[in-house]
Amino acid sequence: MRLANVYRLGIKELWGLARDPVLLILIVYSFSLSIYSASNAQPETLNHAAIAIVDEDESPVSSRIITAFYPPLFSVPKLIGQAEMDSRMDAGLDTFALDIPPNFQRDLLAGRSPAIQLNIDATRMSQAFSGGGYVQSIVAGEIDEYLNRHRDTADVPVELVLRAAFNPQLDKGWFMPIANVITSITMLSIILTGAALIREREHGTIEHLLVMPVTPTEIMVSKIWSMGLVVLVASALSLLVVVRLILDVPLQGSFALFLAGTALQLFATTCMGIFLATVAGTMPQFGLLLMLVLLPLQVLSGAMTPRESMPEFIQTLMLAAPNTHFVILAQSILFRGAGLSVVWPQLLALCVIGAIFFYFSLRRFRQFLR
Amino acid sequence: MSAPAAGAAQGPVARLQDVGLSYGSTRALSGVTLDIPAGCMVGLIGPDGVGKSSLLSLIAGARALQGGRIEVLGGDIADSRHRRLTSPRIAFMPQGLGKNLYPTLSVFENADFFGGLFGQDAAERKARIATLLGSTGLGPFADRPAGKLSGGMKQKLGLCCALIHDPDLLILDEPTTGVDPLSRRQFWELIDRIRKDRPGMSVIVSTAYMEEAARFDWLVAMDAGRVLATGSPGELLQRTATADLDAAFVALLPEEKRRGHVALAIPPRQPREGEEIAIEAEHLTMRFGDFTAVSDVSFRIPRGEIFGFLGSNGCGKTTTMKMLTGLLPASEGTARLFGSAVDPKDMAVRRRIGYMSQAFSLYTELSVRQNLDLHARLFEMPEAAIPDRIAEMARRFDLTDVMDAMPDALSLGIRQRLSLAVAMVHSPEILILDEPTSGVDPVARDGFWSILADLSRKDDVTIFVSTHFMNEAALCDRISLMHAGKVLVSDTPENIVKMRKADTLEQAFVEFLEEAIGEKEAAAAGAAAPPPEIAADAAAAQARAGRFFDFGRMLAYTRRETLELRRDPIRATLALIGSLVLMFVVGYGINLDVEDLTFAVLDRDDTTISRDYALQIAGSRYFIEQPPIVDYNDLDRRMRAGEISLAIEIPAGFGRDVARGEGAEVSAWIDGAMPTRAETVRGYVEGMHATWLAQKARERSGNATAGSYRIEIRYRYNPDVQSVVAIVPAIIPILLLMIPSMLTVLSVVREKELGSIINFYVTPVTRFEFLLGKQLPYVVLAALNVVILTAFAIFVFRVPFTGSFLVFGTAALLYVVVTTSMGLVISSFINSQIAAIFGTALLTLVPAVQYSGMIDPVSSMQGFGAFVGNIFPTTYFVTISRGSFSKALGFADLGPSFVPLLIAVPLLLGLGAAFLKKQAT
Repeated sequence: MRLANVYRLGIKELWGLARDPVLLILIVYSFSLSIYSASNAQPETLNHAAIAIVDEDESPVSSRIITAFYPPLFSVPKLIGQAEMDSRMDAGLDTFALDIPPNFQRDLLAGRSPAIQLNIDATRMSQAFSGGGYVQSIVAGEIDEYLNRHRDTADVPVELVLRAAFNPQLDKGWFMPIANVITSITMLSIILTGAALIREREHGTIEHLLVMPVTPTEIMVSKIWSMGLVVLVASALSLLVVVRLILDVPLQGSFALFLAGTALQLFATTCMGIFLATVAGTMPQFGLLLMLVLLPLQVLSGAMTPRESMPEFIQTLMLAAPNTHFVILAQSILFRGAGLSVVWPQLLALCVIGAIFFYFSLRRFRQFLR
Repeated sequence: MSAPAAGAAQGPVARLQDVGLSYGSTRALSGVTLDIPAGCMVGLIGPDGVGKSSLLSLIAGARALQGGRIEVLGGDIADSRHRRLTSPRIAFMPQGLGKNLYPTLSVFENADFFGGLFGQDAAERKARIATLLGSTGLGPFADRPAGKLSGGMKQKLGLCCALIHDPDLLILDEPTTGVDPLSRRQFWELIDRIRKDRPGMSVIVSTAYMEEAARFDWLVAMDAGRVLATGSPGELLQRTATADLDAAFVALLPEEKRRGHVALAIPPRQPREGEEIAIEAEHLTMRFGDFTAVSDVSFRIPRGEIFGFLGSNGCGKTTTMKMLTGLLPASEGTARLFGSAVDPKDMAVRRRIGYMSQAFSLYTELSVRQNLDLHARLFEMPEAAIPDRIAEMARRFDLTDVMDAMPDALSLGIRQRLSLAVAMVHSPEILILDEPTSGVDPVARDGFWSILADLSRKDDVTIFVSTHFMNEAALCDRISLMHAGKVLVSDTPENIVKMRKADTLEQAFVEFLEEAIGEKEAAAAGAAAPPPEIAADAAAAQARAGRFFDFGRMLAYTRRETLELRRDPIRATLALIGSLVLMFVVGYGINLDVEDLTFAVLDRDDTTISRDYALQIAGSRYFIEQPPIVDYNDLDRRMRAGEISLAIEIPAGFGRDVARGEGAEVSAWIDGAMPTRAETVRGYVEGMHATWLAQKARERSGNATAGSYRIEIRYRYNPDVQSVVAIVPAIIPILLLMIPSMLTVLSVVREKELGSIINFYVTPVTRFEFLLGKQLPYVVLAALNVVILTAFAIFVFRVPFTGSFLVFGTAALLYVVVTTSMGLVISSFINSQIAAIFGTALLTLVPAVQYSGMIDPVSSMQGFGAFVGNIFPTTYFVTISRGSFSKALGFADLGPSFVPLLIAVPLLLGLGAAFLKKQAT
């Protein structure tokens, strides 16, 4: 392998990319607008949650409760009869149905500990899970306030002080942009290298390269470095400009260390791009393969939801994917400010996975050239 | 050839008046006015890109007419009714080897499909195919995939497919381009035989081979979208006072194109004594598994010779070239360049060779200068010498004016010169050219060959060139004819002609080929007399064509789609297990349950009460306790490393303070790196804290006081509040939307992109037959997916199914009909496969995930979201799916959700048919 050839061919790849408007737009979009919108467009979990109330008490307390639910968190409550409650929930019209029993206020004041029934449609994922707590605390708040006028509150002997480390406000606008940068790094490195190879094949230029004094290794390494470099630069700019400057998200830890980790991740994923391109052969087939490969890589790597809550075998299986290690590394460095002493196992894992991918891709690439 | 006079009596088969056509701003045809005589063989001649193909596709009705008027077989071709009624009388074979064939389908299956398009029943198709395959000599290859046929065989198969319905007008667009001389000869003989059997049939052919055109009855010479001249070959020669059609064509060209053209003459090569051998092959053999691609090939090429290489596609030419250049190590034998054996690992050998491949294959993203520069550098020319060399190349190949232009902006002739310049930039001693002039007009071709002559005679460059053109072959010093991996003959053109005592070089080659293949096979191809015609009832065929819906034609598409899908591993995988993979990923990946979180305690008190507090957390199913924390540094380090997501600090004196009822403070640190997880952790901790307090309070006072009340929470339909129960029934509708619709879109768009959609344009198939035929296999596949996904949800994800399988199954079937129909609608405005993949994913996923009640119920949406949510079919199937899985609902409750799905099917199919075009535009 001669470095001069690797360099020349890599420069040629960069020219090719520079003159492909579709891919350029894709790169710019995935590292700017897509990151920006991910931070802002993160939907509130509770938005116009449909709630219905069966008021069998018709007392001051119950009307207090009814008026406590209002948009935008909840829709204006529908007042329904008890008979309607089940059918409305069956039809999926309400997520919450609150049943205030007869004589609730009287029993409450008499210390008979009456029960309010809260029905939650637990098939409604996010609304049900986070909304239940809201409904409870709103109801409790209203009742407590009502009771306050009747008696003094008991003192609380122990107080719980909660502090969130690294992200005191638990601002999702901090988490999502970085998660999206990680996603874009994987996606683009695979697409760019894959497309670079398929472009050569479709134009017949790969045949041309082979009669020149260049080896398959040189061709492959040139694609890896050039496309990897593009993604590395784009992701660094994206983090510094879009994430830190525009979105004002504090980045912890050593940026250089993160870039080193990114470079290793890119080594592995660009090899994967070459491999997939040799399997697919044409752009459409490559697109279909991507559908089946990218999504599992991203969703199961722990970038979106915590790895701990996935089944054991998936956690183990995903250790073979570079993404898993990269996500751990990126989160440790950028969120928690971890240093080399913490993330070295991930760097090592990325090296090993990258080397294995490189070996298999090169073998496959050589066969592909025959 | 039959006399043109016979046709003249019938009147013209096609009448063109002032026909024009533009592709965007490019004018392809302008002011074409022609009467094409019936009952004879009409040839369209001219190089690539002059509008021959456009003209033919207009006559065939495959392309919509933009300007002017064309009458074919006595009616206006712009009238869709006339097209439908006459389509059984017309057959169109588009340009490109096997362009309208399906490469993964076998010979028989291809022909069978075409028969089906004309509504022929199985028995009729079988009989016709047997006849056609017999007369074309394809019988023994009936089971071979079309993609694995040689070029000549592909064209014969294309002809079979075109002739399966006994057309009166046969339109062939460059049927013999890229086919070896023998196959070409056989092809024309076949056409002649067919014309003898069906004397009334008119044939319109376009060709770039002038020597073929000489055999036709009547010619149309075209250039730059205009007709130069018409008439019989004799008339054209007479008019231009030339000896052959090549010269006649050049003479017919307008003055500015002819300028600079000089009749080509290559000075004869003087053989020298003891000359150096540049290329030498000795018994070269290449085997791929059982297949012998090249068998025992030997030749010697002296330095400075122009050596021609002829042969059909796939005869081993390219493999031989690869062995000579050291790209492929030979299985047996040796290749020598300048006396030393070729070592594939030796990069030095490659530096002595320049290579120019078929068509244009340089980097279109690099400018002319950059292309030259890159190649110079890759060949490791000394840095200082490069600019001079590039300037020299530019001068020599006349590229100076276009040095900074992009290759795409250049004409084919200039690009050809650029390719040659690139191949020559490192001053190689050997130049290997693979069909360098295909598609180049005669004037540019002559210019190209004069450069080659110059290189050979002046610079002593050895040129190894492959070609299909006989007049080019005649220009070579020596030629080799290759067939099926063997070199049949190798000598000077004159000697080859003499050897066979033939009139022309082509004649000689055909004889060599016939000898090699063996008389037996050639005879079999010729002698198989066509059995008596199957009672061809033209009236019945026409009545069939007029039918609005024909199951036979629809099933032809269904059958073909199924076969293709089965033979495409990536699409088949996606169709069968794609949705399963995605369900698996989403079901496990998008998980809102937070369990098995790690936590540790910094207990500065270490009393029974403090331990009791910690136990409260450790005992829950959400948390796993880690070794206790020693101090703040330890806490900080472990949290940074992500070892713990929750740390609890219990202050000294906690137990004492609680016992006395004095205020105490417990601190909890949560890892906020993942905000969603942190919020859940906070909820858990707060809940457990409250429970612990209540417990302590009860222990102390022991009874309820005024103001106590309970909130009883009933998590309905999913009592354990598991994510999978909530997610899986909602994800099934989304997967059944995305993948089936994407596959349906692809099935239509693939045909558009690969060009086989032309079969839909020129046959009597109606839009509904086409759409439903393509949809059917995907509905079946999606139904299979329903079963797989449901089973997976129940048995693997353990989501309880409480409703009625019958109701759910019926709804799911209806729903996949809807989703595949949506695919058909989307396909009408997408033209490339890659856009189809990403476009469909976007168009289906966004409304399905955002507005269909998967996350937020439609009832809580407003404005645009509510509008989309209410009309999007997925909304209703999500209701049915959740109702059936979790809510134990039957038809009585879910009935109203069926109505929108039932309305959607005819609506979407109607839209799909309305948007689908029956002609190219």
